[in-house]
Amino acid sequence: MTPDEERQIRGRQKSRAIVTGVLLGALVILFYAITIAKISGGH
Amino acid sequence: MASSPIMSEGSAPVIPAHWRDFVALTKPRVMTLVVFTGLCGLLAAPGHIHAVLAFTAILCIAVGAGAAATLNQWYEVDIDAKMKRTANRPLPAGRMDRQSALHFGVGLSFFSVLLMGVATNWLAAAVLAVSILFYLFVYTIWLKPRTAQNIVIGGAAGAFPPVIGWAAVTGDISALPVALFMLIFFWTPPHFWALALFVKTDYAAAGIPMLPVVSGEVVTRRQIWFYTAVMAVAAMAPVLLRLTGPIYGTAALLGTVIFAILAFHVLRRRESDPARMAPEKRLFKYSILYLFLLFGAVVIDRWVYA
Repeated sequence: MTPDEERQIRGRQKSRAIVTGVLLGALVILFYAITIAKISGGH
Repeated sequence: MASSPIMSEGSAPVIPAHWRDFVALTKPRVMTLVVFTGLCGLLAAPGHIHAVLAFTAILCIAVGAGAAATLNQWYEVDIDAKMKRTANRPLPAGRMDRQSALHFGVGLSFFSVLLMGVATNWLAAAVLAVSILFYLFVYTIWLKPRTAQNIVIGGAAGAFPPVIGWAAVTGDISALPVALFMLIFFWTPPHFWALALFVKTDYAAAGIPMLPVVSGEVVTRRQIWFYTAVMAVAAMAPVLLRLTGPIYGTAALLGTVIFAILAFHVLRRRESDPARMAPEKRLFKYSILYLFLLFGAVVIDRWVYA
């Protein structure tokens, strides 16, 4: 593996990790909001 | 998000797919109509749903549609590689390995169905699951490679969103969501065959038995006209059955008359050069606007006359 390829792979892994982290954070907020909506008898 | 191997079976390194390619697999542009019809089904339904749960239901419909699109591309990678229109998708272009796409599609499917069940009700979740499975097994795997009538029956997969949206609010399925299902079901053939007329060479190259490839353009133009007539009945059915009022009735009547005029123009033409198919392209573009118009009218009608 050339240094350029390795740099590209690490770059992809980093961007995917950031996106996954953001999605997980959004899911935490969503599940919290769903729980509150359910508790308040919103359905 | 599914992982990609860094090393392939040989010694050459495999660059992990970019996260944008995972997004591309879900066909976000196609999702617009699915989300809109699902939202209209939800807004037209009687009863109340918490805004957060409504948002979650629409999110699940969108993610479910993305899952179905992903699994479709996972299965059709060889076909997509042969068509100019699809050759640059992440899988045929080699920017992603098939296993990552499969894991991503299956993961999104389970996530959307389970979240729908937990947030709204299990009837909506079951219909969502059926729509994903129908698109993959009935349309993609069974019908599409075998029969020129593939999109007639397969079109049902795209007709489920208003039923899901309705069921998310009410927990049941009554006459209006079934009528909306029928409208999309009979709208799909003229919509899709108008497209197939001017991308015929692409489907022929991939060996997909689309109607223009198998039966020719004249038959396709006649079939577009036939299904436009059936669609017109489906479009007027909610008014005739007194499920909607005059706002939808007026929109449906005017919208369908324009649709029929465009389809009639397509019926009378004998042009086979895709570059000179302006009326066919016009019908395809208008068919999308038509569905937006009618579903928007259903919501306004239900809000005004409820």
